[in-house]
Parts: sequence; structure tokens; C-alpha cells
Amino acid sequence: MNILVCISNVPDTTSKINFIENDTSFDTSGVQFVINPNDEFGLTKAVWMKESNKANVTVLTVGDSSVEATLRKCLAIGADKAIRIDCPANDAYSVAKEIEAHCRETNYDLIICGRESIDYNGGLVPGLLAGLLDFNYVTNCVKLEVEGSKATFSREMSGGTEISECQLPLVVGSQKGLVEESDLIIPNMRGIMMARQKPLDVIQAKGINPKTFDKKFSKPEAKSEVKLVKADELDKLIDLLENEAKVI
Amino acid sequence: MAVLVYIESENNQFKKSSYEALSYGKAIANNVGEAVCGVVINCSNTESLNAFGADKIININSSDLTDFSSKKYAYAIAEVMKSENANIIILSSSPDSKYLGSFLSGITDASFVSNVVELPESTNPFIVKRTCFTNKAFSSTELTSEIKIISITSNSFGIIENPNNPKTETIDIKVIDSNQKILSMEKETGSVTIADAEIVVSAGRGLKGPENWKMIESLAETLGAATACSKPVSDMGWRPHSEHVVQTGKPVSSNLYIAIGISGAIQHLAGINSSKVKVVINNDPEAPFFKAADYGVVGDAFEVIPSLIEKLKAR
Ligand SMILES: Cc1cc2nc3c(=O)[nH]c(=O)nc-3n(C[C@H](O)[C@H](O)[C@H](O)COP(=O)(O)OP(=O)(O)OC[C@H]3O[C@@H](n4cnc5c(N)ncnc54)[C@H](O)[C@@H]3O)c2cc1C
Ligand SMILES: Nc1ncnc2c1ncn2[C@@H]1O[C@H](COP(=O)(O)O)[C@@H](O)[C@H]1O
Repeated sequence: MNILVCISNVPDTTSKINFIENDTSFDTSGVQFVINPNDEFGLTKAVWMKESNKANVTVLTVGDSSVEATLRKCLAIGADKAIRIDCPANDAYSVAKEIEAHCRETNYDLIICGRESIDYNGGLVPGLLAGLLDFNYVTNCVKLEVEGSKATFSREMSGGTEISECQLPLVVGSQKGLVEESDLIIPNMRGIMMARQKPLDVIQAKGINPKTFDKKFSKPEAKSEVKLVKADELDKLIDLLENEAKVI
Repeated sequence: MAVLVYIESENNQFKKSSYEALSYGKAIANNVGEAVCGVVINCSNTESLNAFGADKIININSSDLTDFSSKKYAYAIAEVMKSENANIIILSSSPDSKYLGSFLSGITDASFVSNVVELPESTNPFIVKRTCFTNKAFSSTELTSEIKIISITSNSFGIIENPNNPKTETIDIKVIDSNQKILSMEKETGSVTIADAEIVVSAGRGLKGPENWKMIESLAETLGAATACSKPVSDMGWRPHSEHVVQTGKPVSSNLYIAIGISGAIQHLAGINSSKVKVVINNDPEAPFFKAADYGVVGDAFEVIPSLIEKLKAR
């Protein structure tokens, strides 16, 4: 069984978000990049499936050479092979089209993406990819078992979970729950050494044009000072929420 | 050309986010001078939609669409997009709508922008404002393709009444086959879910232990609110994971977010930034949350909350 895990390389969750060049691009100086947390849950699941399903795990990123450190980390975690499609990740559409082109050349039974990236937050790539390839698709996935060519999975929906099954191929949008945080694999020395020997292929991009463009970034307006209410004057709080904020 | 709004329903009932999507669709349609068409699936009673300005309501009626399926629903909506010659598609941000939306953009080769918070800054070029970097920033994003799909963040635009008398039409569509089928569903009953909630009451490690959540639930019940918690609280198993909000959990975009005994770590704030009004109750006046809140009470939760419940009930 062949599994592809799509990896997005994102600013660490504690990063300060600033913009440069007249607010048209993200200021990466001093920012530490990590594997998108949702993808990391999916990658761990895929690595487990190497044993349970005799799976082969490939990780893939669309991006420039700066993402290779993240891909090496994925190899150290346990992926067998890494691929970088060599072009900037311009928007969800062009990223999904580049991944689609690769998937048409190499057959994957299971494609695992994150539910959403924590930088762009679109939650778009997995669904787009499933639509483009006409694969089955589940997102917000919190449980997954594959037996032969059949997958059984759960997704979180509003107010509950839903359990479904389908035939492979399947695109999964993974999140916490698929594996737990305590399950995440921290690369050890051996993993890191082995990762150096594993293939990291760079393949040429198709050069797909994006369909969306970030024209300008902005930050939320600075909050006006908090209005404090004394603990023994809660009537005032209720009054403010009722008549000033009009939210109760 | 038309603006098409997918109006999600459950058991013949619409959610507030569906009315919001339709209100938004109507406003865009006015801007671009097009008609607005609402599409519902297996929903016979659409009268309550008349208040929100649709020119036409299409009900796709098919026993193959009884259960939600992102794939079947997306293909069905794609048919209506074609027949109505729709170039702008509006969705809510509910989990199901986002689930089918990205798939829909894949099969229609359309551009899709999610988490939109306002009416377009301009419609030619077509530029919308969306949140990004887990709500720490906004992007003004231009959509250049012929067909444009956008999903709007709940509670960002609001519901705007615009009474109209839409033409209603029931159609049957040939639904695509899919080998994906639902085996079972587990619904949390009774409580309000975080995603749909107008008000969220959230508590953190300051509550000391799971046994103290009674008062949080009671406050939530008094306000008709959903309950939520900070990450360590769910990690320690005090509360179920489904309640854990924010950065890598579920972003909250309620009208009112009440944080009790939560310090206000950057990762927590990221997930609740898009909530409109924030109230913090914390006994440490230096807690970072006070910098991010609109209203605050410096006090012991174990005294403030029971008293607040009492006063709210007495209202
Ligand atoms: C990579 C990463 C991702 C993370 N993602 C998330 C995330 O998504 N969501 C999240 O929530 N956290 C996340 N965190 C954790 C985050 O950094 C904080 O540790 C966490 O939010 C703190 O939770 P808390 O506010 O409940 O607890 P604490 O920080 O311990 O705060 C408890 C607060 O309660 C107050 N308090 C104590 N007693 C009382 C009382 N009697 N009455 C009133 N107030 C009282 C204290 O003054 C204090 O401010 C993440 C961390 C990392 C490193
Ligand atoms: N540049 C990229 N290369 C590979 N996969 C990506 C890239 N960007 C996003 N993805 C995948 O798509 C998921 C959702 O991303 P997004 O649509 O940006 O929210 C991520 O969690 C990744 O699995």
C-alpha cells in the first residue's frame, strides 16, 4: 500500500506575525518553521501503518529549497521517501494541481493532508485534491483503519462524530485525534542518521498559475483598553453586556 | 449570471449561519447587479428564507441525498451552478459546508477562499478579506477565476432582513454513485455546539479540577451557551477533547466568549480572536488575557461565577 503525506511548512505556533514590503509579504525573519501540526498527526498515523498495513510512506511538499529541513525531519520521523515539487506555494489551487499531477504519475492508495494549515488556514488543499482526482474524501478525520482496499473512518462534525467506510483511494484531512499528541514521534539519533540516507527527490513543477492572490495583509486593530468591573459589582457587567455590547 | 447560496439545513430546519450566508449573498448580488438563488437539499419548507432576499429557491429533492455526502452534495450543487449560470457561490463556514466546498472547487476548477469576514472590498477585481495565520492577521485576497466560491466566517456579517417573494422550484437530479457510505453517527445531544454557539463559556486550569465544572455548565445553561476549555484542561482529561478550542483545535467565532481561569496564552488567543466580545474572569490582574479582552473581572472564579449566575437568573 502506498501512502502520500502532504506536508505544509508553517511558522511555529508562538511566532509573531509581521508583514513587510508594504504589507504584501510575510516577514519570515526570526521565524521558526515546523511541520504543520495537523500534518504531523497524519504523518505519525502513516508511519504506524508501515507496520500494520505494510505501507510505503512518501512525504511531499510544494515549495522552494527552504522546506527541505522540514522534509528531512519527516524522514527522521519515519517516512521512507521525500519529494519536493520545486516551486513557491502560491495558493491552494496551484499547490493542489501540482500534487494532482504527481499523483497521476505515481499511484497512491491513501493521501493524507492536514485538515488545515496554520498559516493559510484555508483547509482547501485536501478537498481540492480529492475533487481534482475524483477520490473519496474525508476531513476532520479522527479515526482511520484500512483493511485491504477498504477504509473505515470517523470525522468530527458539528455536535458529534460520523463513522463511514469507502473503497480506496481516499484523501484524508487529518487532525488531532487521528493520533494523540503524546503519540507524536520525536526523531531519535538513529532516525536522524537514517534520514540522511533516504531519498529526497526534487521534481520539476508543472508551473500551474494560481487563482487567488494575497494582495495585502493587515493585522487586527489594537484592542481598546479592557473595561474592568469589580467582583462585587457584577450587575454592571451584565448591564454592559446587555446594553453596550448587546451580546446577551 | 447569478449568485448562488448553498443553504444548509438539518431535519428541515435552517441554522443561523445559513441565514447569514443568504444575507451575504443578497448583499453581493446587489453590488454586482445579479439575481441571488438559494439552493437547499431535501428541504420542503423554505418559507423562513423569504425574509432574506433570495430571488429564487431551488430545492434538490432526492432520496440519494438523504445522508450528507460531501461528494454527492458537491456534484449536485455543481449541476445547479451550471443550470443557473452561477459565477459566485456563497457557503457558510459550517464543517459540512467547508467539507463540500473545497471538493466542489476541485470538480468545477473554481477558486475558493474560506474564512471571509466582510463583503468584498471590490468586485472588479474581486477582492475579499479573510483571516489567516490562525486569526492573527487578515489577507485581502483577489480571486481571478471565472467561478468564485467563498465561505464566510460565522457571525462576521450578520443576518440582514430583506423580504422578498422568491420563486421556488423543486428539482430532481441524477446523483453520482459513491462507494462512500455512513455507517453510524454519534450526536452529542442537548448541548449547544461550539461551532454554532452565539455565546461560549470557556474555562481553564484556574478551575482546579473537573469536579468544579458544574458552575461552568450552569452559567452556560443560563446563557444558552456552549461550554469550552483550554488545551491543558482537555489534555488532563478534565473535559472531553471536543470542547478544546483554538489554534490546533476548533477556532471559535462566537458573539461572546467568556474566559474563566484561563491565562490567555498566545495559542489560546489565536483561536478565539474572531469572537466579537471577550470577557475575562481571572484572579490575577496580570493575566495576559486582560490585554485581549473587552471586559474583565479581577476576582476568584469560585465567588464570581455563582454570583453571576444568580444575578443573570434574577434578570
Ligand atoms: C505548540 C503549542 C500549541 C498550543 N496550543 C494551544 C491551544 O490550541 N489551546 C490552548 O488553550 N492552549 C494551547 N497551548 C498551551 C498554552 O500555551 C497554555 O499553556 C494554555 O492555554 C494554558 O491554559 P490555561 O489558561 O487553562 O492554564 P494556566 O496558564 O495555568 O492559567 C490558569 C489561569 O487561571 C487563573 N486562576 C487560578 N485560580 C483562579 C481562580 N480561583 N479564579 C480565577 N482565575 C484563577 C490564573 O491566574 C491563570 O491565569 C499550546 C502550547 C504549545 C506549546
Ligand atoms: N505547499 C504545500 N505542499 C504540500 N502540501 C501542502 C502545501 N500546502 C498545504 N498542504 C497540505 O494541505 C493541507 C491543508 O492546507 P491549507 O489548504 O493551506 O489549509 C495541509 O495541512 C497540507 O497537508
